[in-house]
Amino acid sequence: MEEWWYRSASGARIALRRRQHSASCRELAVRCPRLRLRSLSAATSAAWLAAYGLFVLTENSMVLSAAIIITLVGLIIYLHFVKIDQESLLVIGSLGIQVTSSYASGKESTTFIEMSQVKDVVINEAIHMQKVIYYLCILLQDPGDPQGVSEVVPLFQSSKPRLDCLIEVYKSCQEILEQRKTAPQSS
Amino acid sequence: MVLKVFFPSCCASAESGILIGRWISEQNSAVILAVIHFPFIPVQVKQYLSEVQRVTKVSVSVLGSWSNSKREKEESLSEFLEDLGTIFSHEPWIQISKEGDSKFWSCSTLQKNSNNPKEEEIILVYYDQRKVMLSHLHPPLDTAASTDHKAEDASKLSAIFDTVAKSKILFMTDRYDDGPIKLTHWQSDGVEASIIVELMKQASVPACMLLTFLLSLVSGVCRSRVLKFWPLSFLWSKLSTCEQLGHRLQHLQVISSNKKAQNQTQLMRKANIFVSLLIDVALGLLLISWLYRKNRIGHLADTLIPVADHVAEELQDLLQWLMGAPAGLKMNRALDQVLGRFFLYHIHLWISYIHLMSPFIEMILWYVGLSACLGLTVALCILSDIIALLTFHIYCFYVYGARLYCLKIYGLSSLWRLFRGKKWNVLRQRVDSCSYDLDQLRLLVVIVQGLIHLLVDLIDSLPLYSVILRLCRSYRLADQPPVIWQCGTDIQAANLQLLPQGFLDIPLQEAVPWRAHLPLETQRREAGLKTAKELERLGQENRLNPNSFGPKASQSQRLLDPFN
Repeated sequence: MEEWWYRSASGARIALRRRQHSASCRELAVRCPRLRLRSLSAATSAAWLAAYGLFVLTENSMVLSAAIIITLVGLIIYLHFVKIDQESLLVIGSLGIQVTSSYASGKESTTFIEMSQVKDVVINEAIHMQKVIYYLCILLQDPGDPQGVSEVVPLFQSSKPRLDCLIEVYKSCQEILEQRKTAPQSS
Repeated sequence: MVLKVFFPSCCASAESGILIGRWISEQNSAVILAVIHFPFIPVQVKQYLSEVQRVTKVSVSVLGSWSNSKREKEESLSEFLEDLGTIFSHEPWIQISKEGDSKFWSCSTLQKNSNNPKEEEIILVYYDQRKVMLSHLHPPLDTAASTDHKAEDASKLSAIFDTVAKSKILFMTDRYDDGPIKLTHWQSDGVEASIIVELMKQASVPACMLLTFLLSLVSGVCRSRVLKFWPLSFLWSKLSTCEQLGHRLQHLQVISSNKKAQNQTQLMRKANIFVSLLIDVALGLLLISWLYRKNRIGHLADTLIPVADHVAEELQDLLQWLMGAPAGLKMNRALDQVLGRFFLYHIHLWISYIHLMSPFIEMILWYVGLSACLGLTVALCILSDIIALLTFHIYCFYVYGARLYCLKIYGLSSLWRLFRGKKWNVLRQRVDSCSYDLDQLRLLVVIVQGLIHLLVDLIDSLPLYSVILRLCRSYRLADQPPVIWQCGTDIQAANLQLLPQGFLDIPLQEAVPWRAHLPLETQRREAGLKTAKELERLGQENRLNPNSFGPKASQSQRLLDPFN
């Protein structure tokens, strides 16, 4: 298992972990920076100070309890639905590609794409907010048209690694995808 | 080439035995369905497998051997397992073994006629047999129906799902059955069943039959000839309640039919209808329990009559205002009086009808509220029908106004075509050119004048009426733009400014509501037009032939005052 450190598109440090299970099976995981205690306490204090200010104005103690409840609920929702800890790609030659996102609360959401549907894995450019970034994506085969692409599945959407990290991932994936061209009797 | 073996997770702790399943050679993958334990008689195993194959149409065969030894690996056992490969010949023979408490398994294949001596890679995939069997993610490959093209495009994994789903009968025997074959699969510890589900299945058969019988009676009554006569059938089509009840009847028929669902989509549809029916009835019962407490129906009935009275009063005030000189406009008094009196009579009829019904309203509401038992949707439909019936008079006004307007537009468009020298060819359904006599043209000019005059009167009334229909607020009409007030001083010629050409090319049904919102130009033009008497005086200023206009003036007078 190997681990390298890179930077994401926004400048944060991310870690790429590569694990080779066998000749035709590889797992690549990108770990996003964790939730910092600093930013969490800053957000919570700001919310509670605002609530206290409102309490002083309105003399209604419900404001304080409402602020506490909203902060707790907001934190839970953020950890469960928004904050992604790790995004991984498991490529099994002749079976398929599995994309997993694990959230900070422990939830994992996975998508499996069969090898027969995968046309290729490429690096694309996109305009995101005010920047042009590179992203890795899986091109899905159009069942009717052998040259066509029916769908584009972008990977590593929340960690947004930069080009050097993407090139590593791209090379690892292509090594396995090439095997299916060299073994034509496997359908 | 890579060999893929799909192993059920329930067999991971099974005792040693042989593996049975399906070999998919196109994908070089083996789907293992169960493990047969020792001791067994090979002939009986083969018989059992052929029977299963016949019933499920899945080619089940012995694929390999499974050894789960608690002690150290025994040489004799491994040789025995290899010899099994000669009895049940299968290419390749898969050998999976797990030793003691070790976490790691060893999986190897035995190829007798191996062309390539190099070791091929094996991918072992653990699968949850129950979930794979119950999941209908991929539609089953119907090899008889699908063409080659479709079979190529179909997902490869769907073959795996299909295999497990179709081998349901293999999972029906558990270890408590006394048979020659001892299997291990996901149900080998006891077939899953629920008493409640079984009881409901038993009870549902006579319930369905009863329901079907009742529904057939009801639908027979509905389809009888008595209800199909013209006024009744028109009424049924307009009331939304009848439509909703018809839908509900259809849904009940779908649910209570005795045929089992053929495929997944039909099953989902039946289940959807059933669940939505349940929720509907539950919400309806909730509504009933809320409505029938604290005499809410009485309160509702008490407020209904005053509201209707108020609406009628407002409408009457509005009509009186229009019949006078609304916003200072001098309109065709006779036409105004007639239309106004006509509509006032309508309102009077409607109010007397409401007052007649007032003692019965509470009882009617009480019984109608009971219909919410059939579902919340039925209650809402009845509510919408009641509102439609209560505002029926307004709908009548709209229809009268729209009809008159439509006729005017039709006449004017035909006359406009005449002035351009064209005629509507009914046979060819198109406009052709045509030349008319001078007398015909003169007569038509006069008719046009009259029509325009009446039309503009109507136009001025009509948008106000449609505003009433929507808003029922008379105070909104009080503020009119000041440009309309400039009439009477500047006497212009009766300009035959007809409607713009664009209008006449569009179908008439669209013309009616569009023109109902009157733009300012038409109002200005209307202010330029005069009554019949003034036209006679101004006859010599007319653009058209003034000499021939003289003797026709009296004719125009007759035409323009048809109501006197």
